[in-house]
Amino acid sequence: MTPLLSVRDLNVRIPTPGGILHAVRGVNFDLMPGEVLGLVGESGSGKSVTLRSLIRLHRPPIEMTGTVEYGGQNLLDLSEARLRDVRGGQISMIFQEPMSALNPVLTVGEQIGENLREHKGLRGKAAQDRAAELLDLTGIPSPRARLSDYPHQFSGGMRQRAMIAIALASEPQLLLADEPTTALDVTIQDQILRLLLRLREELHMGVILVTHDLGVVAQTCDRVAVMYGGRLVETAGVNDLFHAPKHAYTLGLMRSLPGAGEHRRPLQPIPGGPPDLRSLPPGCPFAPRCEYVTDACQGMEPPLLEVAPGRFSACIHSDELPALKSTPEEVEV
Amino acid sequence: MTTMHSPALEVAARPRRRWPKPTLLIGLALLLLLLVAALFPRALAPFSPTDFDYEALLKGPSAKHPFGTDNFGRDVLSRVIYATRVDLQIAVFTTLFPFIFGTLLGALTGYLGRWSDALVGRVADLVVVFPFLVLVIAIVAVLGPGLTNMYIAVSAVGWVSYWRLTRGEVMNQKKAEYAQAGRVLGYSPSRILLRHLLPNAVTPAIVYLMTDMSLGILLGASLGYLGLGAQPPTAEWGVMVADGKNFMATAWWISTFPGLALTLAGVTFSLIGDGLADALRPRT
Amino acid sequence: MHASYVIRRLLQIIPTFLAVMLVVFLLVRLLPGDPASAILGDRATAEIVERTNRELGLDRPLPIQFGVFVRNLLQGDLGDSISLKIPVLRLIGERLPTTLFLTAYAAVLGVLMAVPLAVLAAVRRNTWVDAVIRAVFQVGLSLPVFYVALQLLSLLGARLGWFPIGGYGEGFGGHLYHLFLPALTLGLNLAAILVRTLRNSIIEVLTAEYVDFARAKGLRSRVIMTRHVLRNALIATVTLLGLNIGALIGGAVITETVFAIPGVGRLMVDAIFGRDYPVIQGLTLTFALIVSLVFLITDLIHARLDPRAELS
Repeated sequence: MTPLLSVRDLNVRIPTPGGILHAVRGVNFDLMPGEVLGLVGESGSGKSVTLRSLIRLHRPPIEMTGTVEYGGQNLLDLSEARLRDVRGGQISMIFQEPMSALNPVLTVGEQIGENLREHKGLRGKAAQDRAAELLDLTGIPSPRARLSDYPHQFSGGMRQRAMIAIALASEPQLLLADEPTTALDVTIQDQILRLLLRLREELHMGVILVTHDLGVVAQTCDRVAVMYGGRLVETAGVNDLFHAPKHAYTLGLMRSLPGAGEHRRPLQPIPGGPPDLRSLPPGCPFAPRCEYVTDACQGMEPPLLEVAPGRFSACIHSDELPALKSTPEEVEV
Repeated sequence: MTTMHSPALEVAARPRRRWPKPTLLIGLALLLLLLVAALFPRALAPFSPTDFDYEALLKGPSAKHPFGTDNFGRDVLSRVIYATRVDLQIAVFTTLFPFIFGTLLGALTGYLGRWSDALVGRVADLVVVFPFLVLVIAIVAVLGPGLTNMYIAVSAVGWVSYWRLTRGEVMNQKKAEYAQAGRVLGYSPSRILLRHLLPNAVTPAIVYLMTDMSLGILLGASLGYLGLGAQPPTAEWGVMVADGKNFMATAWWISTFPGLALTLAGVTFSLIGDGLADALRPRT
Repeated sequence: MHASYVIRRLLQIIPTFLAVMLVVFLLVRLLPGDPASAILGDRATAEIVERTNRELGLDRPLPIQFGVFVRNLLQGDLGDSISLKIPVLRLIGERLPTTLFLTAYAAVLGVLMAVPLAVLAAVRRNTWVDAVIRAVFQVGLSLPVFYVALQLLSLLGARLGWFPIGGYGEGFGGHLYHLFLPALTLGLNLAAILVRTLRNSIIEVLTAEYVDFARAKGLRSRVIMTRHVLRNALIATVTLLGLNIGALIGGAVITETVFAIPGVGRLMVDAIFGRDYPVIQGLTLTFALIVSLVFLITDLIHARLDPRAELS
């Protein structure tokens, strides 16, 4: 099967007063049609920056290099006009905070409508009908009446549903979701994740889900890519990852989760903070915080290598890490 | 708004700049120039600002009189230099009292809240309903023209901005941890207010003070121009522009140079204000 | 927008206006010494002063004086002008349209200059284009209105003869022509006030997440600019314009004086030199009323443009 999306050697550089911030450093991954890929990491790991660069959302002076291959073309050097057909038409994106991502002075109906007009050529009555259908699809009650409401008149969860409805208006092949549930409380979070999974089934979309919450990953993803310091440090199927992490950082993340690993063990947050991407030390960027660190970790940055069939890790000590007798189901959301 | 974002994205949304900008330096250099002119006019000015020279009436700019002479034969350059002191004095006195009064009142009502805050808020709402210049000239009209009365009038009106700025800051700071900590430690309210809250909360007011000085100079000169501020024969830039207004067609220099000096002074303070705002902006 | 909202806002003006009347009333009572002698000047005899005091009701207690003042006001009686001997209300009625025309004209010119330049500066932010626009208006902000007025008058009016050097002209076209230089003076001043804040709020809109979402939807830049950016920027413009009505009126007082335009601004300055206190009172009241009405209209337009506004 050919991948829906292929990312090769993606780099994002952000000029700042204190120097160039190399936020994404040589990221590679593939996404299969209909697959849900979780992009996991701490704040500042570069996961959101990666997601935004997939549809070239960053503006100058931020610089993006590498290839993002979709439908036989590289989205990073496509003309603006062609890119617009892909953006929103075939690849849609939803944001973390619907209150700031929805325009406060346009009704929800108008904001769905402009998508339908741009990508489906629908106007007037037909657009109205389709917009109401979309709100209904995302589980918003009395959809037709709510079309003329403004975003501030929706509750937090409903607002996120409305944003999903807008993103789905063009029936995309791929949905990019940037922490779609972080701003919501736990019960609503669960509803939104179920909604995304249902829509994935019904519309057969691929989904890339950026989150810092392993619970969300456990509930929704087929495959996981863990980011640290602007790089992918481990990719694996969701079961393999939770059962036996192959990177010391992933192991640390697992241990900081409630309900994972050994029974009745106190939570262990990873000490220290994320590395400064403006001046990285040589060697593994996780080394200063790692309990398995040896001299070998200090020399050069370990590349992402296949350590078992379908499993990639950038950890020298991947074989020495203990298995966790956990499965995704045990992880509390 | 972006608290939930990754730090990398925050950097992306607010790119470049934190390296020192020339704004403040240029502003301070110009201020130095003005201060020298204000303090040592005798050393700089080639002539007396008040001596009439009937041999040289309305003479255009020349080597002897770089800015020309006015209708009494007075040297315009010398008058522009001597006026600096008066206009800087205007900048200070139109802003100092509003600053002190507004800042203290803002700290007080921001700290006490409740009815005192509501009461002052009503008064402030009332003051802003009057156009600033209109209220100031109405008060000056009642008290009589002149600089002192102008200062009284501006003080009666100008405190509102400082009150607003300081009040808002104090309200924010009050919630901050160190103020809470002070209360736990049993410090008296006045100590918390004066030693801890006010020094932290006064920053926006100080930044605004600079911008306000620029506005104050313009206001003072406007009143001078209208005949309600400094009184002739005092050399004051606004008065000098008014002195030359009837000679615009034949002797443009009489009005033009004082006006440029006025603009320069205004730019000086607004540059310093901008520079300070930039330098003192809270780091996030 | 609900009618109840409009009515509520209208009712809020009443206490403000009562307070405004009190301020204006007390203003004249601040006069050092005896009001009547201040009005009449030093030459008046004690007898005339006393008679004037009685005629003006100045011998009665202050609260009663204020009651009379408010009652007269509500009946449209602002007293008579001391120097012109005609009712103040009529005087203001004759002069006000000129000033309203001038300020509206200036607001239009100011917005026409400020908005495109602010958009340009915001879109090209932190480039030399932005730097030039900001520098020019920073200097513009420090240019006194009376000075700009005088220079434009002497250069474009007197020397080049492109525009009349004073007066109000006949008919709409005549007004436009005669008031062009004064309106340009005021408009430049307004634009200088608007540009910087407007630029910053447009940048805020341009970097808002809903603009990124709109881009992620694949909308054309033109659509994003008109539907998402300008609409929000318009709200900022209206609010700013409303907030600066006081500065505009202050500028009109000076501009009318320089250009000899028969409006209320010039009337104010004349009244001050003529010690015409009833006129000063009436004008101060009128200006305060105009400002509160403009604040109200700004709020209503804001509520109309921004669906969130009505909630607060």
